[in-house]
Amino acid sequence: MMRLAGFLLALMLGMGPALAIGVDEPMADPAMEAKAREISRGLRCLVCQNQSIEDSNAPLAADLRRIVRERLAAGDDEAAIQAYLVDRYGEWVLLRPPFEPSTWALWLGPFVVLGAGLAIVLWRRRGPAPAEAVARPLDADEKKRLDELLREDRG
Amino acid sequence: MRNYRFLIAALPLAVMIGLGSMFYERLGKDPSELPSALIGKPVPAFELPGLDDGKGLSADDLRNGPVTVVNVFASWCAPCRIEHPLLTALTKVPGIRIVGMAYKDEPAATRGFLEQLGNPYERIGVDQAGRVAIDWGVYGVPETYLVSTDGQIMWKHVGPLTEDVIRNDMLPLAERLMK
Repeated sequence: MMRLAGFLLALMLGMGPALAIGVDEPMADPAMEAKAREISRGLRCLVCQNQSIEDSNAPLAADLRRIVRERLAAGDDEAAIQAYLVDRYGEWVLLRPPFEPSTWALWLGPFVVLGAGLAIVLWRRRGPAPAEAVARPLDADEKKRLDELLREDRG
Repeated sequence: MRNYRFLIAALPLAVMIGLGSMFYERLGKDPSELPSALIGKPVPAFELPGLDDGKGLSADDLRNGPVTVVNVFASWCAPCRIEHPLLTALTKVPGIRIVGMAYKDEPAATRGFLEQLGNPYERIGVDQAGRVAIDWGVYGVPETYLVSTDGQIMWKHVGPLTEDVIRNDMLPLAERLMK
């Protein structure tokens, strides 16, 4: 029984890679193959635009996966492979945009807005309370006038 | 103090106007259409064999010659059939050359397609593996490029050409490039 369970477990674990879409021609070296997959996960499929090329069924994604492996085998690192694709398809192919002047607004925008919000809240809290809002006891004249008004009202 | 209050009151309005104009700008456009990374750059180095009548297509052909329309097509691509009559009409415009790149298509199928609909292309490069198309930044056929006389990619259209696109975008630019 344990043996059967072990066999099934091994089978299930073994199916992981087989279920991945289009393991076209995995690289001989498992470390390189893992690297290829990691790189592919960071590249956008141009056809089904919210999937990475690793997840996409599109023929173009399969071609791009092959290119990633070819470049990797030729000794390119991740940055070089990304540059190769950015040259052809623009920065849009990167699922994780790089941090550079043209993307500063993208990366820093949320923090700027948060900071501005905090600044406004703090500024409003620290400012002196408006004078009118502070309760001040009535002086004698005012008291007299108020009494008169109330009496008129009742009368 | 007064001024300051006014500014705060005007802020939501300013944000609304900003967002509104941003959304308006995108209205009616296809968000999946990407700007080409290659506009203003020279055509990539490539050399493709032709259909068996000989003439293939290479970067050299585009580097010196008239203003060239490069159309990426395939016999299996339905929108290519839709835009085909427009390409045929374009052959009558003086000063423009039309060349084709057959993307991931069997030469026999390409030949059949052209026999059935007519061949508007002066040259055809056969890119059966689709690798040259990747160098051009192609991500879906049909795609059409306009290349200047010295081989710079000046314009790109993704999807089937329409009369509107040809009349209002492509031809005015082609005319400017001819001067």
